[in-house]
Amino acid sequence: MEHRKPRTKGSPVSDLHLRGVSRWYGNVVAVNDVTMTLGPGVTGLLGPNGAGKTTLLHMMAGFLAPSRGEVLIDGDATWRNPAIYRKLGLVNEREAVYGFLSGKEFVRASAKLHGLPDADAATRRAIELVEMADAQDRRMDTYSKGMRQRMRVAAALVHDPAVLLLDEPFNGMDPRQRMHMMELLHRLGAQGRTVLFSSHILEEVEQVSGTVQVIVAGRLAASGDYRTIRRLMTHRPHVFAIRSSDDRRLAVALMASDSVAGVTLGKDGLTVHAGDYGTFTRALPRIALDQGVRVRQLIPSDESLESVFSYLVSA
Amino acid sequence: MNMTIAWITARGLLGRRRSWLLLPMPVILIGITAIGLAFEAEAADLADGVLIGLGVAVILPLVSLIVGTGVLGSEIDDGTVVHILTKPIPRSRIILAKLVVAATVSAVTTAVPMFVAATMVGGVRLGLGFGLACVAGAIVYSALFLALSVVTRRPVLVGLLYVVIWEGLLSNVVTGTRTVSVQHYVIEFASALSGSALFPSTVSTAVAGVMTVVFTVLGAWLATQRLRVFSVAGETS
Repeated sequence: MEHRKPRTKGSPVSDLHLRGVSRWYGNVVAVNDVTMTLGPGVTGLLGPNGAGKTTLLHMMAGFLAPSRGEVLIDGDATWRNPAIYRKLGLVNEREAVYGFLSGKEFVRASAKLHGLPDADAATRRAIELVEMADAQDRRMDTYSKGMRQRMRVAAALVHDPAVLLLDEPFNGMDPRQRMHMMELLHRLGAQGRTVLFSSHILEEVEQVSGTVQVIVAGRLAASGDYRTIRRLMTHRPHVFAIRSSDDRRLAVALMASDSVAGVTLGKDGLTVHAGDYGTFTRALPRIALDQGVRVRQLIPSDESLESVFSYLVSA
Repeated sequence: MNMTIAWITARGLLGRRRSWLLLPMPVILIGITAIGLAFEAEAADLADGVLIGLGVAVILPLVSLIVGTGVLGSEIDDGTVVHILTKPIPRSRIILAKLVVAATVSAVTTAVPMFVAATMVGGVRLGLGFGLACVAGAIVYSALFLALSVVTRRPVLVGLLYVVIWEGLLSNVVTGTRTVSVQHYVIEFASALSGSALFPSTVSTAVAGVMTVVFTVLGAWLATQRLRVFSVAGETS
């Protein structure tokens, strides 16, 4: 899946280091003591909304000073250091563009601002990379969200940066645009670029990247291969809320089942702690049928991403 | 001076609907002067009431405010400033390009009609005096409003309060504040350049000259410093 070979042209491979990075606003801690190293390839920054992903990305991109710790690209701090943008490309979440420019003018302006010797060639290459050549002469305010996003990626890539940061790049895209963007990120990572993108959707991350950094409530909760993290997520205990025609009878029968770790009987029904998702959901109908109990309601009560994440934190 | 930034800034500025507010101002200034002359008003009254009272005290700061906050403040508002900031360009050069565009647009928008109106009132020399004085005024106001765009999130409001309360009210009521009022520098420049006795100047030419340079440099310097530590707001949720 990952091809970590150095790029043949352009700047050399770069590493992004975060060392004990924290950021607080008054009494609110947005990012808490995060240390990570990102190398070539695609890395997903996964976490629920409000976890601090954007704050972290802004610090990586030099748009926010860490309250403590440091963010370094090949040893140079990103804060107050415009020279860092020779190695860094940023596609932030706000999809603001100069609507009065055509896509080509927009990318070309980026090339000129980077002081590239051959701005036209760089513009052409970047636009081809995102496959937007057909629409490059249209004003950007006529673009769809996905097209705008791709042109912004082209502008961020025009100087062939070794590091590319994207904040929620799939937000608001339709499935086709999403797939296209995923392919693009794959390709960029395979070329040896250090690509980091943030997302609050697990499926997006698992389709694009092999490596995942999970951030919850400002802390780095887990990091590493996504398959390991995925396994942790599926094998965690699950909680279900059940209502039935005879809660007490069902509770007794459930306790006898291997797939159940605990049952609480309340006046609003049962709360069942299952050992693992698949086994329990297969066992429940059989148990209910054997007991002649009718199950009226079965709700997985902790399926929100937040609970998945908080499980990871404690794992 | 970065031509790409200047080009984007100028296109963004002139393409924005707010810029259309600039259009009626020259027309109003010349129109009111023409009406005054048609009713045979005294030259001194027109110089004091229309050229200074309307042109220097209202139109010049207002145009500079719209333009000066439009070149950077609007980009900060809508987030497009990030495209310029993610480039390896010294922040001083970004500010310089913005300042040059803002000052040029404001100067042209105000100096031309001022030249026409003042020429109608008192001849070409008076016209040149007011025109050039407005160029100087446009430069110093642009630097101040540019700085305001990076210092506060509400540059138009703060700028308007400054124009109305400081320039409009205090500098005319409290004599001591005149040495720190752009309006009085512009009046002094117009007076010195035209040699006209139609209106009194209130500060010395030396003070006006030095303070104009000081405010321009201070505004540009402050804007650069603030842009160096420009932070993008984090997640709100």
